Amino acid sequence: MKFLRPDSSKCEGKFVCERTCSKTFFKVEDSACSSIQVRQELKGFSLNVCNQCGECVSVCPVKALYRNKFGTVMVNKEACVSCFMCVGFCPTLSMRRGPNHKSPFKCVACGACVKTCPKGALALEEVDHSRLPA
Amino acid sequence: MSYDYTKRTNYISDLPTMKAAHKILHETTFKPTLPQKGYNNRSLHIDLSNFKVTEKQISQQIKDTFIGGRGFGLWYLWNAINPETKWDDPENDIVISPGPLGGITQYPGSGKSLVVTLSPLTGIPIDSNVGGYFGPLLKFSGFDALEVQGKATTDIVIFIDGQTGTIRIEEAPLESVDSHITAEQFTHEYASGPGDLQNVSVVASGRGAENALIGCLNFSWYDLRRKGTRLKQAGRGGIGTVFRDKKLKAIVVRGPKVKGDENNPVDFDRIVKVGVKLHKEIHDLDDKQCRMRRQGTAHLVEIMDAYDLLPVNNFQFGKHPDVTGISSGVWDKRFTQGIPDGCWLGCSLACTKGADGHVVMTGPYKGHIVTVDGPEYETAAGVGANCGIFKPEWLLECNFYCDTYGIDTISFGTTCAFLMECYQREILNKDRTEGLELTWGNAHAQMELLHQISRGEGFGKIAGFGVHRLKQIFAERGWGDSKFLNDIGMEVKGLEYSQYISKESLAQQGGYALANKGPQHDEAWLIFMDMVNKQIPTFEDKAEALHYFPLFRTWFGLNGFCKLPWNDIEPADNAKTDEPSKVPEHVQNYCELYGAVTGKNITKEELISMSEGVYNFQRVFNLRMGKGLRRHDFPPYRSLGPVTREEYESRQERYDTQLKEVIGVDPQGKSVDEKIALHRKHREDQYEKLTDAVYKRRGWTKNGVPKIQTLRNLKIEFPDVIEVAQKYQD
Repeated sequence: MKFLRPDSSKCEGKFVCERTCSKTFFKVEDSACSSIQVRQELKGFSLNVCNQCGECVSVCPVKALYRNKFGTVMVNKEACVSCFMCVGFCPTLSMRRGPNHKSPFKCVACGACVKTCPKGALALEEVDHSRLPA
Repeated sequence: MSYDYTKRTNYISDLPTMKAAHKILHETTFKPTLPQKGYNNRSLHIDLSNFKVTEKQISQQIKDTFIGGRGFGLWYLWNAINPETKWDDPENDIVISPGPLGGITQYPGSGKSLVVTLSPLTGIPIDSNVGGYFGPLLKFSGFDALEVQGKATTDIVIFIDGQTGTIRIEEAPLESVDSHITAEQFTHEYASGPGDLQNVSVVASGRGAENALIGCLNFSWYDLRRKGTRLKQAGRGGIGTVFRDKKLKAIVVRGPKVKGDENNPVDFDRIVKVGVKLHKEIHDLDDKQCRMRRQGTAHLVEIMDAYDLLPVNNFQFGKHPDVTGISSGVWDKRFTQGIPDGCWLGCSLACTKGADGHVVMTGPYKGHIVTVDGPEYETAAGVGANCGIFKPEWLLECNFYCDTYGIDTISFGTTCAFLMECYQREILNKDRTEGLELTWGNAHAQMELLHQISRGEGFGKIAGFGVHRLKQIFAERGWGDSKFLNDIGMEVKGLEYSQYISKESLAQQGGYALANKGPQHDEAWLIFMDMVNKQIPTFEDKAEALHYFPLFRTWFGLNGFCKLPWNDIEPADNAKTDEPSKVPEHVQNYCELYGAVTGKNITKEELISMSEGVYNFQRVFNLRMGKGLRRHDFPPYRSLGPVTREEYESRQERYDTQLKEVIGVDPQGKSVDEKIALHRKHREDQYEKLTDAVYKRRGWTKNGVPKIQTLRNLKIEFPDVIEVAQKYQD
C-alpha cells in the first residue's frame, strides 16, 4: 500500500503542498481544499495527512469508502450520502470537507505534492496493508 | 463464538410467483418532489374502503401550529375521527410523518417517523417514534405525511414509488404477513435491482397483531453489510393491530437515491458543522460513556440493576442476582461488532445492534437462521428481568418472535409479568391458563404464551388484550380481588408501563402516569435527577421538570429526531454547565439544525413553545375521546410503593427509615401490613400534591384540563378544540 509519509522536521511552511493538492484535485489554490494540511506550531510546522489506516471504511453506512487495488482508501462520490461520519471518526483528523462540498475528500497518495515540496519533507512509501482494517 | 452476519434463511426464492399473484386494485400517478426547507407542503391520503387517493396541501398555519411528525399525525387524526370513533372503525386513521428535519443525514438520529392512530388499548391517540428509512424516503418522494383510512377486504399492499411517481394498491395474497419475511420479500419485489434495495422501505406488522391489541409496526431498511432487511418498531399502543384490521399487509415506499441534501436546507454548511462536531464527540466519548455503538441501549441493564430500578417479577423488585445473564457483557459479545448499525443514514451513535445467526428454537420458524434486531433495554428488561428470565438465547427468541409477529415487546413483557404474578398468587392456575405454567423464569411457557397470542388460541386469546382488559376479565370471572389486581396491573389509561421502577422517584411516577399517551418513558425520565442526584427536591422543582422535559422531548417527535443523541452522549464538559441534565450544548445543536433547515432561527425557549401547543392539543384530544382528566392520570400503586409484604420486606430497612425520617412514624412494633398502609397513605398523598403542582405549572385546571387562556396563549384557537376544552372548565 502506498501512503504519504510527511516529515514535519523538514517543513519550513512554504505551503506548496497545499497549493499543489488543491490545484490538482479542485483546480483552486485554497488551503481548505487540500488533503494535506500545514499548521504553524509554536516551534516549526506540523503536517497532517491521511495514513491510509482504513478505519473510516467500516464507519461508512453506504460503503462509499473502499481500498482500491493498490490499498489506497478512496471516496466514491456517487455512493456518498454526505453524512460526514468519516470526518468525525478519522483517528488522525485527516478526512476533510471543503467549503460547500457535498462529499468528503482525502489524500489518495498520488504523489503530486512530493514532487513540488521544495524541502523534501514528503515521501511516498509502500507498506503491506494486508493486516490493516478493511 | 462469531456468527456470519450474512447467513440467514432465504425467503425470496419464489418472488416471481408471488409477484404474479398480485392484482392491481388501483393505480394513480403523482408528481415526485423534493422538500424545500424541509417541507413538501403536501400530504398523501389513501382511503382503503374505496381506494381513493388524494393529495392534501399543508397550510402555513398548520405548519406553524403542528410543525410536523407527531403534530401532523394528531391534527390529521383529529379531523379524521369523531368522539364516538373506536379503533376498529373505518374512519380511524394511521398517520406516518417524519417531520421537517427528518431525513438529514449529517446529524445522528435524524431519520425518525412518527406514527399516530387511535389506540385499541387506550381509546385515545397514541404516538410512536420509529427508525428505519420509511419516513425520509416518503418525504423525498414528495409527501410530508401519509394518512391511511378505511378498510380493505383482502390483504393488500400500498406501493408509493417516488422514482416514477406512481401509487398502486395491490392485492398481495402470497407474501408472508410476518415482518422479518414481509420486509425481505417486498423490498426485493419493488427494488429495480441490487443497487436499488436501499431505496426501498417496508412498513409491516405480523400475525400476532391480528389477534392481539398490543400489535406493533415494523419499519425496515436494507442493511448493505448484512445483505438483508432490518427492522425497527413503532411499538406502543397497538398501531399494528389497527394496521392489520385495515387488511394492510405492507406499505412500501421506493424513494430516490439519497444524496444527503434532499431537504434543500437553507444552510447546508451549518448542518454539517453541527453534525461533524457530534460525530467527533461520539467517536471520542461513546466508549467512555454509554457504549451505544457496541451495546445499544442494552448497556442499561446492569446500571438499572445497580440502582434498584430494573423491573423484576412484575415491578416487585429492582434487581436480581442473575442479571449478568442479560447484561451488557453478554450483548457486547453476542452483537455483531464493527459494522455500521444506524437505523437511518448518518447515525454514528448506531445503537441498532443486531444479533446475527440466531437459530430459532420454537414455533413456526423453528430451525430458521435469523438476525434478531436487538434486544434493546426495554425488551431485555420487559420480557427478560420483569418475567424473571435471564437467559440470553431465550431473550433473543422472544425478541425475534415479538417483532415478526408484530407484537410490542414492552406491552408483552409487562402483560406476561402481570400474568406470572397472578400465577404466583394463585389468581391463575394451570386450569385457568389452559395448561400454561406461568412461573417466574419459565421461558418455555412465555414463548408458548406468545405463540398462542399470535394464533389467538388458548389462553393467548385473552392474554393479547393487555393488562387493562385482563384485569376486567379476571374480575368478571371472579379470579382474584379486583383492588389487588388494580394495584399490581401496571397500566395507566390502558397502556402498559415501560420498564423502570418508579417507586422511589415521585417525579418519575408523574413522568409515567401524567404522560399524554400512557406510561411510556419517552415523555420524561427523571429518576436520576430526582432520586439519585436530588436536583429537584420540591414539588415546584418536580413540576418544572415535568413541564420542561415532556415538551423538550415532544420536539423530537415533531421534527423527526431520535432522543438518544441528545443525552446518551454528552460533551466532555457537560457536567460543568449550568444545567447538565438538559445538555445545553446539544439543545443548542437542535436550535442550529432547525434554523439551518427551515431558515427560521429559534431560541431554546422557542423550541419549547413549539411543543407546548401540540402537547396541550393532545391533552384536549384525550378529553374529546373520554379521557384526559385527573382520574385518568392516577397510577397503580405498584408504581408508587410496595404493594405486598414480600416487597416491603425485601427493602425493609429503606422503608422503615423512610417511615421514621420522612413520614415521622416510629416503625417499632408495627406490623408489615400497618407499615405498608402508612406508606401508601403518604405516597398517594405526595402523588396528589405533585399532580396539583404539575397541572398548575402547565396552565391546567385542578382536574387536569388545559385552561382556555392557556390554549389561546399557545394559539390553539380552533373552535372545535376550544369547544371540547370549554366543557370541562370547572
